[in-house]
Amino acid sequence: MSNRLKDCFAALEKNNKKALIPYVTAGDSNKSITVPLMHRMVEAGADVIELGIPFSDPMADGPTIQLACERALVHHTSVADVIEMVKAFRQSNTETPIVLMGYLNPVESFGYENFAKAAAEVGIDGLLTVDLPPEESEQMSQVLGKYDIDPIFLLSPTTTEERIKRIANAGSGYLYYVSLKGVTGSSILNVDEVSEKVTAIKSHTHLPVGVGFGIKDADSAAAISEVSDGVIVGSAIVKIIENNPDDTDTILDQIGALLKSMRTAMDA
Amino acid sequence: MSSVMKTDSTNCNSEIKNDITDHDLSGIDLSKVDWSQLPDENGHFGIYGGRFASETLIEAIQELDDAYKLLQNDPSFQAAMDDDLRYYVGRPSPLYHAERWSKELGGAQIYLKREDLNHTGAHKINNTIGQALLAKHMGKPRIIAETGAGQHGVASATIAARLGLECVVYMGEKDVERQKQNVYRMRLLGAEVRPVSSGSKTLKDALNEAMRDWVTNVDNTFYCIGTVAGPHPYPKMVRNFQAIIGREAKQQCLEQTGRLPDALVACVGGGSNAIGLFHEFLPDLDVDIYSVEPAGMGLDTGEHAATLSTAKPGVLHGNRMYLMADDNGQVIEPYSISAGLDYPGVGPEHCLLIDMGRANAVSVTDAESLEGFHDLCRIEGIIPALESAHALAYVKKLAPTMDKDQTIVVNLSGRGDKDLNTVAALEGITI
Repeated sequence: MSNRLKDCFAALEKNNKKALIPYVTAGDSNKSITVPLMHRMVEAGADVIELGIPFSDPMADGPTIQLACERALVHHTSVADVIEMVKAFRQSNTETPIVLMGYLNPVESFGYENFAKAAAEVGIDGLLTVDLPPEESEQMSQVLGKYDIDPIFLLSPTTTEERIKRIANAGSGYLYYVSLKGVTGSSILNVDEVSEKVTAIKSHTHLPVGVGFGIKDADSAAAISEVSDGVIVGSAIVKIIENNPDDTDTILDQIGALLKSMRTAMDA
Repeated sequence: MSSVMKTDSTNCNSEIKNDITDHDLSGIDLSKVDWSQLPDENGHFGIYGGRFASETLIEAIQELDDAYKLLQNDPSFQAAMDDDLRYYVGRPSPLYHAERWSKELGGAQIYLKREDLNHTGAHKINNTIGQALLAKHMGKPRIIAETGAGQHGVASATIAARLGLECVVYMGEKDVERQKQNVYRMRLLGAEVRPVSSGSKTLKDALNEAMRDWVTNVDNTFYCIGTVAGPHPYPKMVRNFQAIIGREAKQQCLEQTGRLPDALVACVGGGSNAIGLFHEFLPDLDVDIYSVEPAGMGLDTGEHAATLSTAKPGVLHGNRMYLMADDNGQVIEPYSISAGLDYPGVGPEHCLLIDMGRANAVSVTDAESLEGFHDLCRIEGIIPALESAHALAYVKKLAPTMDKDQTIVVNLSGRGDKDLNTVAALEGITI
């Protein structure tokens, strides 16, 4: 397990706090905004950053993330670029865990070994590959393990008890519970249902459980943080970029403000 | 030669490894492959196939897999399917000896497997009947489908009407514009056609959107995939539904010529009509297999969809397959004159057959396919689909190299009515 992720969740637990985990697609809306945005998110209270590797066909995501990928791909943001961005971020931040999130094909095309080696060198802590369930991940997990990068897996409302066990065994770092049936950016969030499922998941694992999908504002972030170890915010952040694609200051300010409001509500 | 080989310890299927760092199969002894055991229980054809799906879909896929396993060998389900295939679709489709065309080409005898005579005018209905009956059995009142040219959409809408199921068809905005007639057909049949405006606005994006619908509506919805791709069990299930083409062709060929054919030819986009013809003949190693891909404007122009001929393995739409992608692993939008062949991937079983050397990947250009199209119209009085015209164009090259007492079976996978506007437009005619 990556030390940064382990230390991060241990420190949060010790301080009785929950993780705030923002997601942003690397290279959205241009390559130069991503690193300053990552720093701003940390200043606003982010504990872990999920950095999206753009993909032409993000099937499990809704229109918001799809558009983010399209914006990033206009500038041909590649796996190599994403690794470079983390390298630049690590020049002044060696603490905050960074998890890359995306689809298998860009990583497979780069090469598992090449990817893991380069990722470890720049200080990437985990990889969440949306379309790589544990059953297909043996070779990838082996390579990631060799470089101390955590394979992070999804759990969903339809995941059976038996699969929860299997996934909990295969994953490390944290588990990502998808709170809704549907794609990213969907709406209705039922906190009681989430609570029930997170409890069930935690009966099978000591790994922290982060919850994503449907968290849009300070209220939903606070509610979900009550019943989980971390709150993952994606579409709400990306939407801000979508609305102001050419305005770097507004993007940084509004995303900073959104995360700050979530942090305050979660810590209250 | 028996088409069903016994499973025994002497087969060499263990050499067909799922290892992306070591998957060279060029030296495999094809006579020792147990074709009945492909894919393996997890849907792997070597490194191809599998179940590369988001966790949000896994349970729905598993439910489908369980239901299909249960019904696959259920006599009453098979009987219902056989009944529909016979009385609703009109099977068996004829195997027709194209004598004039054979004579004109001066080589092998050419036999056309007439899938174009099926209800709805293509092979697609063989599969949608199977999947829709499965949906009905699973208690799913709603089916969704993706479509490119519209043939699978029409076949899905047709069987949905027949079984009283709600049907939603996703279709790229560009395809909606190009295939207005099929869009109207689907609407007549009671289906809702949803134009997809994301990505490149074509087939692959329609598939993405259908998957999103499925994730959101798993409880009441069955996703009816139109080709031999997607997460396991789709490639295997769709193959099994289409394999009736090859079973009939084999029997018909034996009846009409007294022997097996020397060569099989079919066009390959996703690959369902081709695998449908090929599958039954896989153990018959004397039967050569040709998978004809669309070379579009030419392989060296980059404007084509010849995946098996040019691409390398990648992962999209739930399975590993040959995939047209750029150096960064981003999927490339392919090109072909034929919307039904215009897909950046190709079914996993085809990929394995090529790697093992059991099938040959060949390609023909748009221009060549149009020659095949016109030849069949003129010489045999049959208007083929532009997809099938690719197979015909390759036959035109292959037949003259063979002897007059040899036979080629080519899958005439669909009829060309849907393509009349496209062909006429090339001649400057607006219909």
